[in-house]
Amino acid sequence: MPSSDDEADRIPLSARPEWSDVRPVPQDDGPNPVAPIAYRDEFRETMDYFRAVYLADERSRRAIDLTTEVIGMNPGNYTVWHFRRVVLESLNADLLDERDFLDRMTMRNAKNYQIWHHRRWLAEKLGPEVANKELEFTKNILALDAKNYHAWSHRQWVLQSLGGWENELDYCCMLLEDDIFNNSAWNQRYFVITRSPLLGGLLAMRDSEVGYTTEAILANPQNESPWRYLRGLYKGDTSQLISDNRVSELCLKVLKTGNSYQFALSLLLDLLCYGFQPSEELRAVVEALRNSEQEDTVSSNLAATVCLILEITDPMRLNYWVWRRNNLPSQVC
Amino acid sequence: MPRRIALRRSAAPKTRDRRIRATTTRREARREAAAAAGRCSSSGLPRSGSSTPMESSPTHSSSSSSSLSPPPSPPDRQGRLTTTQLEQLRVEQEVFGIYRLFHGVAPHTRSFMIELWRDKHIEFLTRGLKQLGPSYHVLDANRPWLCYWIIHSITLMGESVNSELEGNVVQFLSHCEDRNGGYGGGPGQMPHLATTYAAVNTLITLGSEMSLSSIHRENMLKFLLQMKDSSGAFRMHNGGEIDVRACYTAISVASILNVLDDELVKNLGNYILSCQTYEGGIAGEPGSEAHGGYTFCGLATMILINEADKLDLPSLVDWVASRQGVECGFQGRVNKLVDGCYSFWQGGVLALAQRLLPIVHKQLESSFISGVQASAECKKSCNFTAEETGQDDNLCRDGTSHPENEGELSDFGFSYIGRHTECDPLFHSIALQQYILLCSQVLEGGFRDKPGKQRDFYHSCYCLSGLSVSQYSWSKEDGGPPLTSSVLGPYTNLLEPVHPLYNVVVDKYYKSHEFFSTL
Repeated sequence: MPSSDDEADRIPLSARPEWSDVRPVPQDDGPNPVAPIAYRDEFRETMDYFRAVYLADERSRRAIDLTTEVIGMNPGNYTVWHFRRVVLESLNADLLDERDFLDRMTMRNAKNYQIWHHRRWLAEKLGPEVANKELEFTKNILALDAKNYHAWSHRQWVLQSLGGWENELDYCCMLLEDDIFNNSAWNQRYFVITRSPLLGGLLAMRDSEVGYTTEAILANPQNESPWRYLRGLYKGDTSQLISDNRVSELCLKVLKTGNSYQFALSLLLDLLCYGFQPSEELRAVVEALRNSEQEDTVSSNLAATVCLILEITDPMRLNYWVWRRNNLPSQVC
Repeated sequence: MPRRIALRRSAAPKTRDRRIRATTTRREARREAAAAAGRCSSSGLPRSGSSTPMESSPTHSSSSSSSLSPPPSPPDRQGRLTTTQLEQLRVEQEVFGIYRLFHGVAPHTRSFMIELWRDKHIEFLTRGLKQLGPSYHVLDANRPWLCYWIIHSITLMGESVNSELEGNVVQFLSHCEDRNGGYGGGPGQMPHLATTYAAVNTLITLGSEMSLSSIHRENMLKFLLQMKDSSGAFRMHNGGEIDVRACYTAISVASILNVLDDELVKNLGNYILSCQTYEGGIAGEPGSEAHGGYTFCGLATMILINEADKLDLPSLVDWVASRQGVECGFQGRVNKLVDGCYSFWQGGVLALAQRLLPIVHKQLESSFISGVQASAECKKSCNFTAEETGQDDNLCRDGTSHPENEGELSDFGFSYIGRHTECDPLFHSIALQQYILLCSQVLEGGFRDKPGKQRDFYHSCYCLSGLSVSQYSWSKEDGGPPLTSSVLGPYTNLLEPVHPLYNVVVDKYYKSHEFFSTL
């Protein structure tokens, strides 16, 4: 079967004896199409034959081969993918062959909704025994682009539907060691600690995760990912967030360095808005930052001071910090 | 015989004297600006490999050709730069190079650079409507999107297509409409929610009675109900994927066509809620990473079904506000690269949030823990209803008005835009305009993701939509003309305002609302 890869060697469908019985169906664009595409001959012809078998609902081997050709030219055509699934199911086709085909397609089009949706359908049919193979495959894709959204979604679906959680936290550690700024890896880490059936959930993991995250923040306080992750560790439990000394001490430590402290201030502001009572030392450190910015305005509370500092040190979000300052909870410190 | 495509000015054009300077001056300015624009390729090819709409996937930016001084970002403490840091530095170098150049050039060049090059954009867009090259076959299942991206862009610039072309668009889209409801990616293709959204928004943007009445609303409702999943969410097409995009496109279409009902809404709010992540933004499906495109889709959906108060709005707003970076534009996710299309997705979220700030404030107030008060209980009392928000005058000094009759679901999109806001935008609207005009705008017409990338219709549409959102972000009343200080560059840069829930031009929205509410 000629592949769409070598267009030079391609034999037109009209010249292939196995297609001689099919009458191609041209696209009905109407008399005055808008934004018409100047299709190449082979594209137009392949689509015309596809329309013929699709309209005839022909569930045959050659119909599958034809969809292979169309998909090779335009992997975004969801109708073709859908029809392919219908035919594969009807013929009880070998789904491992299908996976080989899909592996090749994905390597060339790693950011295509249809390919990943098809993969999910396929993996569901193949069942739990392919879990590791699917995880391996997404790992290969993520090795090329560690933030590929589709690959991560598929990986999460595999873990939840087919299993394979055993090494997932190690995998996250490995990716984060490679690039601590990889927010997708942080997100996956959160997914694992909150949903893995092997780890006991967020509460069981919180202590060790706070340790890991604190270390990551101290190494790169300008990295937003672990700051958001740290808040996430207390999701739905703000009273723990404000009473866990490790959180406020982390803020204090970063603020004391006098560098890259925006995220520390932002977290401190949230703590204050939840009712956190700051220590004298924390107050003093924040006040010192304000002095260094030569800010003369007298503010009524620490939260407002934090906003004022952010208004100067984070000018891109000036309006946001002003809004926060004007909308502090009435009892805030 | 070639089809003629003519443009006509809209009925009420804004002040636009586009030919103030002499041509020679303009030519010089253009030449100088070309250097600043980084000499991007002018071919209008779609981005290879990422032909799907509503998902921007920035890849490696091409290496900078300019020799610029090192950017100010701090290095990794271990002295090694990670992939994320290296890619970020490359983009910062290129963007700061453009800004430095902008501030260094002669005043007339500077004013040229900051101008919206309308003629060039219109030329690029209308050429696309007339004919697309063979490489566009990868968008062969996105043809209503091409119509929407182009026609919405043209309309944003205050122009419109002539009646002959309008007739052709209506006729062509009717060839994409399925006989059982919904629109496919092209003639004969299965109906798909995303292309249905694109087709409906296109027809509303055209705005004539012929155009609006061409939509078969009863079949549409049937199609939308078929796409409704038992989880409460929607799937893109028969047997297709379920995600937040599908939810938004379904609800946007139902709302704007005035067919939104309880069955479509059932359990949807809980699904969207399950997609809000620990970061604050919304993901494509539960567990995934917070993402600008999905955050827009999720929040807009929640507002349209009047359940926005279920979301954790303070953390959502904080997450989005943090996405505007030193490049002045928005990134789609934490630690990813800036991309012009997020000017709308993220900027649009903040435009939506601007009218929700009383609720955000209320949530902030109720999450304060003092003594025995438990935050969860307070949150429950924070419902988005007429009585509560109306009575509480503590809330951001806002003259909020809400629909009285909660039964009429389709009304939320209408009442939302009429809401008055006292609050300033929560993002830096001038900085955003600077990124769009200096970094995304392409000298030969059209817009791009970032310097070094190629222009395309998708980015043209969403850069212009984001530009409009930022220009009107200081307006307290819907569609009121902004002050000159809110518009970067000459006032002639001003675009038409959009309805941020649907992303159609406001005037067109009102016209369609009148049409569909009397049916």
